[in-house]
Amino acid sequence: MGWNLIRLWSILVYGFMFLPVAVVVLLSFNASEFGTFPMSGFSFRWFIELANNEAILRAFRTSIALGLMTAAISTTLGVLASLALVRYRVPGANMISTLLIAPILVPEVVLAVALLLFLNFLNINKSFVLLLAGHVIFTLPFVILVVQARLVSIRRDVEEAAMSLGASPVQTFFQVTLPLMLPAVLAGALFAFTISFDDITGTLFWKPGGVETVPTQIFAMLRNSISPEINALGTVMIMMTAGLPLIGMAVARQVARKRGE
Amino acid sequence: MSSVNLTNIVKRFGSFTAVHRTSLEIPEGAFVTLLGPSGCGKTTTLRMIAGLLDPTEGEISIGGKRMNDVPIHRRNLGLVFQNYALFPHKTVAENVAFGLKYRAVTKADIERRVNDALELVQLPQVGERYPKALSGGQQQRIALARAIVIEPDVLLLDEPLSALDANLREDMRVELKRIQDRIGVTTVFVTHDQSEALAMSDRIVVMSDGRVEQVGPPEEVYNTPASEFVANFLGASNILTARCIERTGDSVVLDVPLFGKLPIPVAKAPNLTHEGPAKLVLRAEKLLVAAEGSSRDGAVSVDATIETVDYQGQAVRYFLRAGDTQLQAINMIDEHPFAEGEAVSLHVRPQDCAALPEG
Repeated sequence: MGWNLIRLWSILVYGFMFLPVAVVVLLSFNASEFGTFPMSGFSFRWFIELANNEAILRAFRTSIALGLMTAAISTTLGVLASLALVRYRVPGANMISTLLIAPILVPEVVLAVALLLFLNFLNINKSFVLLLAGHVIFTLPFVILVVQARLVSIRRDVEEAAMSLGASPVQTFFQVTLPLMLPAVLAGALFAFTISFDDITGTLFWKPGGVETVPTQIFAMLRNSISPEINALGTVMIMMTAGLPLIGMAVARQVARKRGE
Repeated sequence: MSSVNLTNIVKRFGSFTAVHRTSLEIPEGAFVTLLGPSGCGKTTTLRMIAGLLDPTEGEISIGGKRMNDVPIHRRNLGLVFQNYALFPHKTVAENVAFGLKYRAVTKADIERRVNDALELVQLPQVGERYPKALSGGQQQRIALARAIVIEPDVLLLDEPLSALDANLREDMRVELKRIQDRIGVTTVFVTHDQSEALAMSDRIVVMSDGRVEQVGPPEEVYNTPASEFVANFLGASNILTARCIERTGDSVVLDVPLFGKLPIPVAKAPNLTHEGPAKLVLRAEKLLVAAEGSSRDGAVSVDATIETVDYQGQAVRYFLRAGDTQLQAINMIDEHPFAEGEAVSLHVRPQDCAALPEG
């Protein structure tokens, strides 16, 4: 009896969380112009229109470029910061660690406004580089948290063994440390990409005029009308932000199995 | 293959001195063990030889060349760790080949040498496997193969047997010694296990609190401990307060309250140069426990009572009381051990004892 109640409750909670998403996905295949049930037919019409909408395609390219650059920069910085914090004795390491993680704790709006005001103060105009910088600041903590956790579990003596065998510290990093923390590095990069790809609050503040990412484009389109195209776009977004990590995890598991872990 | 020389090295971490001024000569091809309890500085010393730690003072040379400023990856050392430290993302063959990639070795030679090394550690079939698929003992053999395949000048072993099961540890001990004999590489072995040290070493360096207590061949360190610490750390000893009352040409006479006057051979009391307060070192296995009233040729006998019996199969360990003195004895037994509370006679031959100066 008790367990059945809990089961029912769980289903309700999951339903509440995911049904709206499911509705968006479902309606994106609706043949009718109006998002009503029952659906009037199954169609890829809205996806085709999406593919022909120049504004959306531009936003898509911007988002992907922004996401990839954010991921590349955040991951590089995050790996280097984690190495410094875990492997070397840095004065004030705790302080630095806290400051690097802090952007997660500050509400995004506050962070967004703060960065904007700061650049105003410095007389720097909004630009794509600024947008990128904002996204890096915002995604870096996730990379550091994931990579640091992994690095702590990599035994020092494995690196020492590599060096004793003749590998320089740099060779040791690329031959031993990096491959061992690769799952975390990839996870961090995925995090950075999806967070950047999804982000709207900061992006609205930081983007220069004329530049739209997918979320800001959706936001702009919603102001005029609720087009079924938006449902199709939403479906594509869900595929990317949910699908990428799933693929990543599957790959990681495959690699781990091969090593007999 | 090279000799290793430590000259006046000191290692301090902040205000803590891990290794006090120490000098050590390790001759070419020798198997030298750094033995001591945890925190005695043995691993710190090994890590300084490896180049993983810089000595605060002093000089380290390998093969006559000063090594202080040479980074670890240019020292040409083989290093084996307690936890194997194999590369989990590489196959066994890739692990063993790792060091050869940084040396001018051709591909064909790499393959041949990897095979030879795996042959030497008696695991020729596992090259394609990943380390995780091997047992602890097998992993440690691979780690050893990886360390010796580069033909290191010095082989450094940091408690390599400590993570293994007791039975396996003894097999690996023999195996390790066989391999070292075969390739003849200068070896520095760190352990806290006295039986490993005694079984494997040409020379043992006993350390305590960052200081070298004694250096010598296993037999010498065991039979003629230079300090109370060494006497207690290697095997079980009874240390009794005594007085040195006479020194003749070949013996030192100790007056021990329990046993009376014992003439100890000079060779067993090399540090006892003055008459006065001294210590008698009596190994637990040299104290013979026999039936009450029995006697033994050339031995001093006293009466005692057995307090505790610790039965170990082929041997037995007794905790005894003789007057006010508590003693322990480890004797081989062929039938039944004595029982708790039984009255017995203890026999001690003076030539089995050693003597230390007081303090």
